[in-house]
Amino acid sequence: MDVDYSQVKPYGDTLNDGAVQVSFTLPVPPGDEAKEAARQVALKMGLETPAVTEMADLKAGFSFFVVYGHCKHTVDYSAIKIPKREQEVMSFQEINDFVKDKLGRKVVVVAACTGSDAHTVGIDAIVNMKGYAGEYGLERYSEIEAYNLGSQVPNADLLAKAVELNADAVLVSQVVTQKNIHLENLTQLVELAEAEGLRDNVLLICGGPRITQELAIELGYDAGFGPGTLPNHVASYIVSELARRENIKE
Amino acid sequence: MEQKLELDHKKVELARETAGNIADQLHSWISDYTTTTIERAAARLLGIDGVDDAGVPLANIMVEKLQQAGRLESGLVPWLACAIKARDESPQKVAEGLSRGEFKVTDIPQASEETNREIADKLALEAATEIRSTRGKREQMMQVAAKPNKPLLYVIVATGSVYEDAVQARAAALQGADVVAVIRHTGQSLLDYVPYGPTTEGFGGTYATQENFRIVREALDEAGKETGRYIQLVNYASGLCMPEISVMGAVERLDMMLNDAMYGILFRDINMMRTFIDQHFSRMINAYAGILINTGEDNYLTTADAYEKGYTVVASQFINEQLALRSGLVEEQIGLGHAFEINPDMEDGLLMEIAQAQLSRDLFPRSPLKYMPPTKHITGDIFKTYLVNGMFNLVSVLTGQEIQLLGMPTEAIHTPYISDRYLSIANGQYIFNNARHLGEEIILKENGKIQARAAYLLDQACDMLQEIEKIGLESALEEGYFGDIKRPVKGGKGGDGVIKKDESYYNPFIDLFMNGSLSS
Repeated sequence: MDVDYSQVKPYGDTLNDGAVQVSFTLPVPPGDEAKEAARQVALKMGLETPAVTEMADLKAGFSFFVVYGHCKHTVDYSAIKIPKREQEVMSFQEINDFVKDKLGRKVVVVAACTGSDAHTVGIDAIVNMKGYAGEYGLERYSEIEAYNLGSQVPNADLLAKAVELNADAVLVSQVVTQKNIHLENLTQLVELAEAEGLRDNVLLICGGPRITQELAIELGYDAGFGPGTLPNHVASYIVSELARRENIKE
Repeated sequence: MEQKLELDHKKVELARETAGNIADQLHSWISDYTTTTIERAAARLLGIDGVDDAGVPLANIMVEKLQQAGRLESGLVPWLACAIKARDESPQKVAEGLSRGEFKVTDIPQASEETNREIADKLALEAATEIRSTRGKREQMMQVAAKPNKPLLYVIVATGSVYEDAVQARAAALQGADVVAVIRHTGQSLLDYVPYGPTTEGFGGTYATQENFRIVREALDEAGKETGRYIQLVNYASGLCMPEISVMGAVERLDMMLNDAMYGILFRDINMMRTFIDQHFSRMINAYAGILINTGEDNYLTTADAYEKGYTVVASQFINEQLALRSGLVEEQIGLGHAFEINPDMEDGLLMEIAQAQLSRDLFPRSPLKYMPPTKHITGDIFKTYLVNGMFNLVSVLTGQEIQLLGMPTEAIHTPYISDRYLSIANGQYIFNNARHLGEEIILKENGKIQARAAYLLDQACDMLQEIEKIGLESALEEGYFGDIKRPVKGGKGGDGVIKKDESYYNPFIDLFMNGSLSS
């Protein structure tokens, strides 16, 4: 297959056919006019020869559409550069050994769901003893002292705790993303940390279903972890980054 | 109903009896205490509503002032009765005057107990009659409406604006939803007051306020009228204001309340005593108002492993049931919860889910069981999620669940869009209709994987209940028996709102709600 990486478009069954499906709702009652409106929306999205394959009545003056079409746009894959964490993922045992050998002290981690967020499922999976998907949580690591402050913790309290415990890393989890509340809250935490002169003393790490490394860096964090993250991913990053900052050669 | 699992009846009885003993241990002290929110609930029942210029509810102002004056040990009602007599004013006027500082708590002269009771009982009876008539109205509306099929289709709306919620709720009802829950603002559980007025900008939901309840109730009644059905409305009597929210729900004709005995302790870190005392009064109100409660066992499996800790759900269901019965709820009002949370990658995971769901059915044959969709293992792959939700719907109809909280294809992405809800309703309708009587046609293999799993869960639950009976529920919560979460007895929020009653304590609603009349 001869793909031109400088001009990539979606693939259905033939290279460069641009085939995509989209589904959306319009605030209009179902009917021929609604179907045409959906087709026009698809055209304006850049889909050529759109076909409305399903129109459903959502009642109350709404209609739902499934549309297939051919995207006319291409993107330059070869020019894309995404910031990535480069350290290797270590195992539970390797991380404990690494801390003992390279750092020679316990690593302190403070974690919380801050702001109004009450969803601890993510932070619990990373921090709590039991962990997630067979990977132990940070509390289980002999060389890590982990504190899970739980949900709805004010950003200021999380930072105060970090100071009190002389934390190496602060983990903040954001699950609720409605109206981008997570962005406001994450930004506030960075600003607070900067205002208090703490920013350079800790690794600031965020996580959640809508968090990416790129977003985290943009918001002023050291790292961000999204869906599928396991406790040892976060721990590997923390201990390697601490070693790097303390100029310890691996 | 036919018992599919051939359970050991002695084990079932033992579990129920043990859970009863655990509940009795709690009840040995619960009635010795009241809480600030129980007293505020009494104030609301007596007609005190509204907020002061700073937005503080009048019920809070009165209770705070009484607490500062050291008068809360006798309850709010006796003092309020004195004030009504002394000032010759309605409860609302008394509350307004007190909030404006026109007089002090100590300015009100004490009256005799008989006079107080006479005044209080008259008002309390009026309030109770009002709640009964709202209940009667619901029963009458349900009577004339088309009978819904089971499992009921239960969906959530969560836009953050109550006016947008009303639009979405109405659309969901017209699409076929039987039950609509308005998701509550994530921060409300830790507020020690109930916000006032309509919410137009919330995160992760709207506040539970009386006005919000009224707005969505109206929208659902309209949709019900259009379709000849009765659409049930749900909110959350949980957090630091369980009884007050129950009062609001009773007044505004909510039909179901999330109302768990231990959820606040475990998942919101609310003080243990506070929660146990609050849940008792809150559930009494729900019982009297004919509101069906939903318990929250589903949550355990989001923090603990659903396969390893499945039995904790069963143990908690028994405890929740026994506590609910002690607050006057009947089995038909106790919507015990459980969840579809076993990792979908597990071989025979579906069999294990069927075992757990059927076990709940067989153990609690009269409970309107509420079955919760998968969330923990759900990712942004909407296509897989839609299929997993379909499997969940199949287990539900197969095992005779009654209230089906429909999983959304976009779980773990965003709060549901209107089309997400539509697709979920379509999924439920298709499977429930297509497999309506499948459960009646299927006999489970004797000592097969499903029966064996159910027997194992019951055994484990029994052992757990017996351990809890020995150490007490409070210690069990301290040791992390539920949801792998440990909560110290003296820790948590709201402990300062717990007050030991003295001999002069009076609250006519306890008698009214528990016995239907005043004993004196």
